[in-house]
Amino acid sequence: MGKSLISIQDFSKEEILHVLETAKEFEQNRSQKILDGKVIGSLFFEPSTRTRLSFETAVNRLGARVIGFSDATNTSVSKGETLKDTIKIVSNYVDMIIMRHPLEGSSRYASEVASVPVVNAGDGANQHPSQTLLDLYSIMQTQGHLEGLTINMVGDLKYGRTTHSLLQAMSHFNPTFIFTAPDELKMPVEYKNFLDSKGIRYKETNSLEEHLNDCDILYMTRVQQERFTDPMEYEKVKDVYRLSASMLGNVKENMKILHPLPRVGEIDQDVDDTPYAYYFKQAENGLYVRMAIISCLLGYR
Amino acid sequence: MENNHKELKVSALENGTVVDHIPADRVYKALDILNIKECTQHQITIGINLTSKLHGRKGIIKIADKFFENEELNKLALIAPKATVNIIRDFKVVEKKKLEMPAVIEGIAKCMNPKCITNHQPIRTRFTTINQDNEVLLLCHFCEKITDAKSIY
Repeated sequence: MGKSLISIQDFSKEEILHVLETAKEFEQNRSQKILDGKVIGSLFFEPSTRTRLSFETAVNRLGARVIGFSDATNTSVSKGETLKDTIKIVSNYVDMIIMRHPLEGSSRYASEVASVPVVNAGDGANQHPSQTLLDLYSIMQTQGHLEGLTINMVGDLKYGRTTHSLLQAMSHFNPTFIFTAPDELKMPVEYKNFLDSKGIRYKETNSLEEHLNDCDILYMTRVQQERFTDPMEYEKVKDVYRLSASMLGNVKENMKILHPLPRVGEIDQDVDDTPYAYYFKQAENGLYVRMAIISCLLGYR
Repeated sequence: MENNHKELKVSALENGTVVDHIPADRVYKALDILNIKECTQHQITIGINLTSKLHGRKGIIKIADKFFENEELNKLALIAPKATVNIIRDFKVVEKKKLEMPAVIEGIAKCMNPKCITNHQPIRTRFTTINQDNEVLLLCHFCEKITDAKSIY
């Protein structure tokens, strides 16, 4: 198995499936001290709650210890130390580095400088592969398999990195995609070219209602204000899609709603009590998938 | 005869390399890419805006007693895909080379993504070249964004 996990494209179909199978094992027994005596560096150059807590919980549940920081302002980075030097130093102390950084490509660079495996926990708007793997795991657990599913992606398909990575990862499993987005936030042409080259079918619409009833997975995303340079453009699109329980009358029985969270207004609270809501369980799955990523990369699974 | 006195005569090379048919406005960049600054002991002739039957105006670089690795020369394909390279020995052209686009280029182009790590830290850039409809695109090894080759010149 590859030494580091930087981009979902680094993993073959077999490697993806191996991580997902391992995650199943951890879901059944989530305290396995197989990494007793190991120390993992958790370097968060940019604040994050969900991802950091989930990774650090995964490390603890595997019996290893965590060192690191959750904010770079109190470190030598604020004195002007280069990323290379920080990574070189921490590499000497730990068995693996988990890092998040606001600049794109920083994790790839760190993995080439480090003497230990690096897990990318998000590099700006570029990649966030553990999110993609937990999305895949959630799809597999709700549908029983990954082959031949219809995935409806909704919201910000232009800037949303989770939808781009999920699209790349799902391309191994013969999916059909529906892209539901306003004109301003449509799926970029390079990803559509990628699907064309693989012979994968997709439809585009700007109506949330149009394909609610014929998808297996409804993948909702938040329109991220921080990605917009023009506040007028944000105001125009921020509330275009609001999913409520009353819209779910005729959906497929096996349909599940996923969302990388946090949500703002795109899913009403009344959806939470329907059998289709899966986003909280999806977040919990992140723990098992991250346990699997860490133990696979360190060669323990 | 009179004309001859007003013309600057560029002597033919005895031994060395001639890079011809460089787009006139990209000669300086070509010098950079070939790292000519390091050739402090060589006789170098540079021509810019010479008339060419093929291109209208062209540039040419002649370096005496210098022979490049193909790898070095092929980097020129990024800015001058139609340039030709002549290897001269004993006043004769002993070899003509066409440039081939390298699959990976390092340290030449700059990533256009302002949030790319290579624009914030002292890191040598690295790109995979993609040929798309006669245009060269550069895929950044680090941030995975596409830069077009125009950013080089």
